[in-house]
Amino acid sequence: MNRIQELFNQKKGNILNVYCTAGFPQLESTVPVMKALQDSGVDMIELGMPYSDPLADGPVIQASSTKALANGMTIATLFEQLRGFRQQVYVPVILMGYMNPVLQYGFEKFCQHAADAPIDGLILPDLPEYEFETEYGPIIQRYGLNFIFLVTPETSEERIRKLDSLSTGFLYAVSSSSTTGKDKDMNAVNDFLQRLQNMKLKNPVLVGFGIKDKPTFQQACEHANGAIIGTAFIKAIENTADVEGATKKFITDIKS
Amino acid sequence: MTTTTYQQPNAQGYYGKFGGAFIPEMLHRNVEELRSKYLDIIYDPAFQKEFRSLLHDYAGRPTPLYLAQRLSKQYGTTIYLKREDLCHTGAHKVNNTIGQILLAERLGKKRIIAETGAGQHGVATATVCALKGVECIVYMGEKDIERQAPNVARMKMLGATVIPATSGSKTLKDATNEAIRDWINNPVDTHYIIGSVVGPHPYPDMVARFQSVISEEIRWQLKEKTGSELPTHVLACVGGGSNAAGAFYHFLEEPSVQLVAVEASGHGVHSGLSAATTQLGKPGVLHGSKSLVMQTEDGQVVEPHSISAGLDYPGIGPLHAHLYDSGRGVFLSATDEQALQAAFNLAKQEGIIPALESSHALASLEFLNPEKPKQSEAPIPPKALFTKDSVVVVCLSGRGDKDMATYMKAMEMK
Repeated sequence: MNRIQELFNQKKGNILNVYCTAGFPQLESTVPVMKALQDSGVDMIELGMPYSDPLADGPVIQASSTKALANGMTIATLFEQLRGFRQQVYVPVILMGYMNPVLQYGFEKFCQHAADAPIDGLILPDLPEYEFETEYGPIIQRYGLNFIFLVTPETSEERIRKLDSLSTGFLYAVSSSSTTGKDKDMNAVNDFLQRLQNMKLKNPVLVGFGIKDKPTFQQACEHANGAIIGTAFIKAIENTADVEGATKKFITDIKS
Repeated sequence: MTTTTYQQPNAQGYYGKFGGAFIPEMLHRNVEELRSKYLDIIYDPAFQKEFRSLLHDYAGRPTPLYLAQRLSKQYGTTIYLKREDLCHTGAHKVNNTIGQILLAERLGKKRIIAETGAGQHGVATATVCALKGVECIVYMGEKDIERQAPNVARMKMLGATVIPATSGSKTLKDATNEAIRDWINNPVDTHYIIGSVVGPHPYPDMVARFQSVISEEIRWQLKEKTGSELPTHVLACVGGGSNAAGAFYHFLEEPSVQLVAVEASGHGVHSGLSAATTQLGKPGVLHGSKSLVMQTEDGQVVEPHSISAGLDYPGIGPLHAHLYDSGRGVFLSATDEQALQAAFNLAKQEGIIPALESSHALASLEFLNPEKPKQSEAPIPPKALFTKDSVVVVCLSGRGDKDMATYMKAMEMK
């Protein structure tokens, strides 16, 4: 059982997962930002691996990736930074990124190094289920990593069940029409989450995209096990000298 | 996971090792809708009738297959030019946009988005949207908008909205990212008209089928002129590779026909300013398919360089990656300078001013010339060289009007 399963065993609701970009705002910010998130009471961390062409992300996260790449961030550097990080960070950490850099690093080597870190799970939005089943899934499983699929309001019930059966850890529910960082019609999101809740899925559900503050977090938690905040957090730390202070304030405002 | 033919990818969109649909879940519904319906729609007789009639009456097809006598003499072999430059809007791009607008109409889509580099595909898309009275949004890199003002004006005159892509390197790859994001954010009413044989399955196959009219015509035109449907060589430039896919399509399964793809090597393949993807790229995933991609060791996509904006792309369609990988295609490259020389040569020899993209294909005639072959940066298999009995078809994919600023600058410098 890894940290993700332990977390969901202990806590069924109001799980707060926060996204941060590795190597942002400074190259060496990766571990300090994760530590500050954890110390502020975040339950889980989604650590983004910067990519030049992040299709599923909006402008704020892409800009943070561009900055991180300019800072010199690479996957190899990230694994160096993560050496020994579990002495400071004990919450579950999921790596989020895109296929191309992972393929260049070597898919199996990547999974091995992630498991050694140790990282708990992966989100690769441009790895679809056909490729997962035929080629990459067995490698991910061999290294004991969770793999989290995304579902949207446009995903059919049959397909949601399929993706739920393939996912380990949790299922990532995104509102339709969503690159990250767009404001959403929360009523439509609610209908979708209620539908997922009624399906009695195998995995817990975390909601991503459009969660930015206390009210949107609470609303998302009504019909799901928790939510993921990305763009709003990146905005909160992008122009500050005191990243740790800004992190604490941002998370405290949501959890108060 | 095997493909039995070069023409057709397998059910998951793979040509050999390349292809597939590497897309986020947010695009699944749109891409799956397209995948499950495109063949039925395209081969519906009513669709074919309308498609063929628009190609004929609106786009001006068939385009001539022209025996270039002075060029033939220059290179000591028989050279035909497939005159895609005479298509409406000035390039082969319109073959695909006509097909896709008819498809979008049958899918009930009310809004069209497209990406464009030099603006040729943007103009071809804006044109068919005007023809059908459909809303058209074209994403174009901020840098390209500055470089290609006349095409921006054409798109606007045709009623399209041109949105600058301001992320990343602000060129074609970023315009493509923005178009894909738009599609994610508008999942129901929008069709994305991709301009080349790139993107997730079924785009590479669908665009190749629409462009295949080029080689379909070459076959019967050649039969009329020479008595044989088969040339010995077909030459075409490759950026993403849509004109090459169209010119090769009906010869893919004819092993006697040498398929020569010419990439843009900019200042030279290893100069750091190049777009020769097969020479410099490694297998990777870009814009939804697995192919060869120009990238750093860390897997970040790099910005290519070519004098021709239409070849300035860091990837290549999966069909072409497979043709390269399997050895079915011969991949050469021409530099900016060689392409310029070829353009001026064609203008003087034949009275035709070619697009800079097509000039790369013309430049490769120098490498294959049996009399005095020029040094090529890519190795040339002996079977690819001409003899005096060869019948060579060059796909002249577009005309040079849009490149006059570059040509004028080149003349000033002489």
